[in-house]
Amino acid sequence: MNTPLKRTPLYDAHVKAGARMVPFGGWEMPVQYAGIVEEHRTVRAAAGLFDVSHMGEFEVDGPEALPALQSLTTNDVSALDIGQVQYAALCYPDGGIVDDLTVYRLGAERYMLTVNAGNIDKDWEWVTTHGAVARWRNVSAETALIAVQGPHAEALVGALADRGVTDIGYYRFVHGVVGGVHTLISRTGYTGEDGFELYVAAADGTRLWTALLDAGRAHGVAPIGLGARDTLRLEMRYALYGNDIDATTNPLEAGLGWIVKPAKGPFIGRDAIEKVRAAGVTRRLVGLEMAERAVARHGYPVVRDGAPIGIVTSGSYGPSVDRYIAMAYVAVEHAAIGTEVGVEIRGQAKPARVVKTPFHPSRTKK
Amino acid sequence: MASVPAELKYTKEHEWAKREGDRVRVGITEYAQEQLGDVVFVELPKVGAKVTAHKAFGVVESVKAVSDLFAPISGEVVETNGELPQKPETVNKDPYGKGWMIVVKPSSAAEWDQLLSAQQYEQFVSEAAH
Repeated sequence: MNTPLKRTPLYDAHVKAGARMVPFGGWEMPVQYAGIVEEHRTVRAAAGLFDVSHMGEFEVDGPEALPALQSLTTNDVSALDIGQVQYAALCYPDGGIVDDLTVYRLGAERYMLTVNAGNIDKDWEWVTTHGAVARWRNVSAETALIAVQGPHAEALVGALADRGVTDIGYYRFVHGVVGGVHTLISRTGYTGEDGFELYVAAADGTRLWTALLDAGRAHGVAPIGLGARDTLRLEMRYALYGNDIDATTNPLEAGLGWIVKPAKGPFIGRDAIEKVRAAGVTRRLVGLEMAERAVARHGYPVVRDGAPIGIVTSGSYGPSVDRYIAMAYVAVEHAAIGTEVGVEIRGQAKPARVVKTPFHPSRTKK
Repeated sequence: MASVPAELKYTKEHEWAKREGDRVRVGITEYAQEQLGDVVFVELPKVGAKVTAHKAFGVVESVKAVSDLFAPISGEVVETNGELPQKPETVNKDPYGKGWMIVVKPSSAAEWDQLLSAQQYEQFVSEAAH
């Protein structure tokens, strides 16, 4: 593949800040600035800024928008108020996952979907093919997205906003001006901390980023790379598309049954998912804690008494829990909390245990 | 530019080697630890194990990556850094000092001369970066 890597509007700011840039899902993104563990701790203790402009945004509007979304996503879009956000999945007819996404209800008949960076082209093709009745607009390239996450996020965004942000509920959003920039202020995130995701015009991205960093620096706010974004979400057991969920996994085994609403009516994948529900899942995405220092990584086998029972999907050292943790699909009969298993690392089964998740308590706004 | 002490020898796999009498102390370079990022796991051979030049003798893992550790020189492991398994971050903090990995009693003196000098290693790293 020789496709040139894409850059977000904040690319220059990252390079100037000394970030290490790496390819990620077709993009050249900052993996770290000061170091993954330090950045992770900054988010839990103060707040961090994440450039997530690589993510995709699609708008859909008109009288056919709701019916199209209802047939595309697993969740019940009709339950959304204007100003509300919903987590959902797009599924294939066989129940495999096309992508996971958030759905924003912007107006009476207007919605925005935020999708994973690496899936933008695939998702665009999918929604415009299977939701062809509605009017779609791919606004990914016009949009910059900055996440502000951590206990100081509310004070930081509040100080720069032309309106109060305290009253914005979890998975709710408002429009406002932040740091002089028109912003969709969304109380969402991917870290388990309170915080916001700020959607702005691509041309305003650097201005908002700089304003947030300048105002936050004295309070310990720092830019955070994709490395810490990954360890933060892992401690919360949030699924990452391509690691923990993909076309070969269904939402039920991934623990995403709560975003599947079969009662809303037909949607792509419903019949297959309901069949799985009726028969019972055969494997489950569980949290593992290693008994010793050992890093379980994507693709490592999970074993019990020498026999394979599953596979690791994500794993790392968790800086806030100070444990070596992982997510893995394991056969249901071995999925109970407390089950002692092994993770095969370089040919050696290292002891691990199925544990309750999240690994680290969530502090998102309730 | 990461520091490259002049008195050490180096490999293209970013290990350093330091002669201490008839033994050789081994670790990874400042450049290597910077590239790895936060080291969270180090696996070293046992004392008495044989290592072979250019072959893996252990593993170092950072949050993002797994890397083999390559022996600069063949011989027998006579000492290992017992602190590293418990404090892997020492590799980041002091790669040329407390972050050392093993001490080898070399079986072949000739291999020493094939290692890179500080100047050669510096050149190698600066070329790899471009």
